[in-house]
Amino acid sequence: MYETLEMRQVFANELDKAMAKNKRICLIDADLSKANGRASLAAKYPKRAFNVGVAEANMVSIAAGMSSYGMIPFVASFTPFATRRVCDQIAISCLYAQQNVKIIGSDPGLTAEYNGGTHMSVEDIGVIRSIPNIVIFEPVDNTQLVKAIPQILKYYGTMYIRLFRKVPTPVFSDDYRFDMFKADVIESGKDVTIIATGIMVAAALEANKILQSEGISAEIINAHTIKPLDTSTILASVKKTRVVVTCENHNIIGGLASAVAETLVANDPVPLEAIGIQDRFGQVGKLNFLLPEYEMTPIDIIKAVKKALLRKH
Amino acid sequence: MELKAKAKLIRRLTIETIGSLGVGHIGGSLSIVDVLVVLYYKHMNIDPSNPKMPGRDRLIISKGHSGPALYAVLADKGYFDKSWLLTLNRPHTFLPSHCDMNRTPGVDMTTGSLGQGFSCAVGIAKASKIVKDHAKIYTIIGDGESQEGQIWEAAMFAGNAKLNNLIAFTDNNHAQIDGLTTDINCVEPLEKKWKAFGWNVIDVSNGNDPDQIDEAVIKAKTSRSKPTMILLNTIKGKGVSFIENAGYANHNMPLSKDQVDQALKELE
Repeated sequence: MYETLEMRQVFANELDKAMAKNKRICLIDADLSKANGRASLAAKYPKRAFNVGVAEANMVSIAAGMSSYGMIPFVASFTPFATRRVCDQIAISCLYAQQNVKIIGSDPGLTAEYNGGTHMSVEDIGVIRSIPNIVIFEPVDNTQLVKAIPQILKYYGTMYIRLFRKVPTPVFSDDYRFDMFKADVIESGKDVTIIATGIMVAAALEANKILQSEGISAEIINAHTIKPLDTSTILASVKKTRVVVTCENHNIIGGLASAVAETLVANDPVPLEAIGIQDRFGQVGKLNFLLPEYEMTPIDIIKAVKKALLRKH
Repeated sequence: MELKAKAKLIRRLTIETIGSLGVGHIGGSLSIVDVLVVLYYKHMNIDPSNPKMPGRDRLIISKGHSGPALYAVLADKGYFDKSWLLTLNRPHTFLPSHCDMNRTPGVDMTTGSLGQGFSCAVGIAKASKIVKDHAKIYTIIGDGESQEGQIWEAAMFAGNAKLNNLIAFTDNNHAQIDGLTTDINCVEPLEKKWKAFGWNVIDVSNGNDPDQIDEAVIKAKTSRSKPTMILLNTIKGKGVSFIENAGYANHNMPLSKDQVDQALKELE
């Protein structure tokens, strides 16, 4: 039912509904409210939805202060400016102070497209994943985002929501139910575990069609919450398949690949191949140029699966 | 007890607190004792038996390393037992060197990474406006801290947002860890800067005189559309001669038992 909507619009619509019901919800923008479809919220809720201008550090600490007053503030910017630029504010004002701030970062990784390398967060998850207690959530499609909103509001604590801005490939149907702290096993399989996040889930499902035709049975897991990682779902899958491929729209250092590797090494060491940005900065371009350039297409996933299968003990 | 006598008592407790450990942020703690006394014993609507009372006035010490002075006040007000003061920075203490709202009853915000507490205070003032509880939000920043860019981000927003419920103080003690602020990276002219950012500015020529501070706070409370910055011209280490004389080195200095005795004697 959300197939034609951009994710930014779906988020703004859902936040609007939530703000109408709950007067404690606030929204703070840093000069990207129009770019993210949220300008109408400032008009509708002039006290609770406001703009601090180009001042992300101030935005995050203001939100922490408001949280200490019992409010539920959302702050929003592009992913690099919502994370690496304000890392200390997230760590100290939000997490160390045990506040309840919801950080929205849009256009993760390569999806910043024409904004290029300065705006492409290859490191956002890595930068903030080591801050104690932070939750990192990356919805796959609009359906998952809509169903996540009540869980985001119910959870007390600082959370980073990594949001694709444009029209996402639909993965889940309307009857989809999920728990934010449990990974989804989207397809079951026995030969290899593919763990993906964000836009890479659709890519993994695309790759799986070809793998199936070649007789390779892949288990596809959507690790929408990268921290805390649902290690039990991952370890249960690995127990069957004995090999892993991770797929993320992020540097393979510090993000999903690292989080999964940490889990495997500590519990059940099996080979891992990582699809993602191979420790490079981003650059300008549309996704149809960037994804092949960074070897993050379904074809690249298939290659990684085959390489991984050869490494299987 | 009159405010000046109370300030002397709080200085004694602050010395005993830091003296119990033998080292601490003594200079910047002693310089804000007078403003704390004026706020906690005269102006703030608070209830020590109910530290989280909704609608209470709040104080955010953005220069979080001045925690020990605040702890002395909170103990004297009855937020917790005075014996806690001797646990400063000990394992599992409720009184860490930098203010922590989740550890210490009566502390309104966790601070210590400079610049952030001031933004938090702006957010708190904004939240108070949203819920319309008419609380006054007080915050103290340092002059050295004013070198942080975040201070000016928050200053610009608070001025534009007309947060007249926000009353801020600059503990202008002229010193920072590496030297005098004028030698490191001069922050003056503060009065012109804050005015340019849309604030009322009140200059207190003796920022260690409770009566002058009191007068400034009374005036600040009447502001109708602007936040107020009260510039306190203070002395780092105020009240104890050898600490004052140590100059900027008193930011974080050791305090021997003999020095504690000498300081307490001066503060009798």
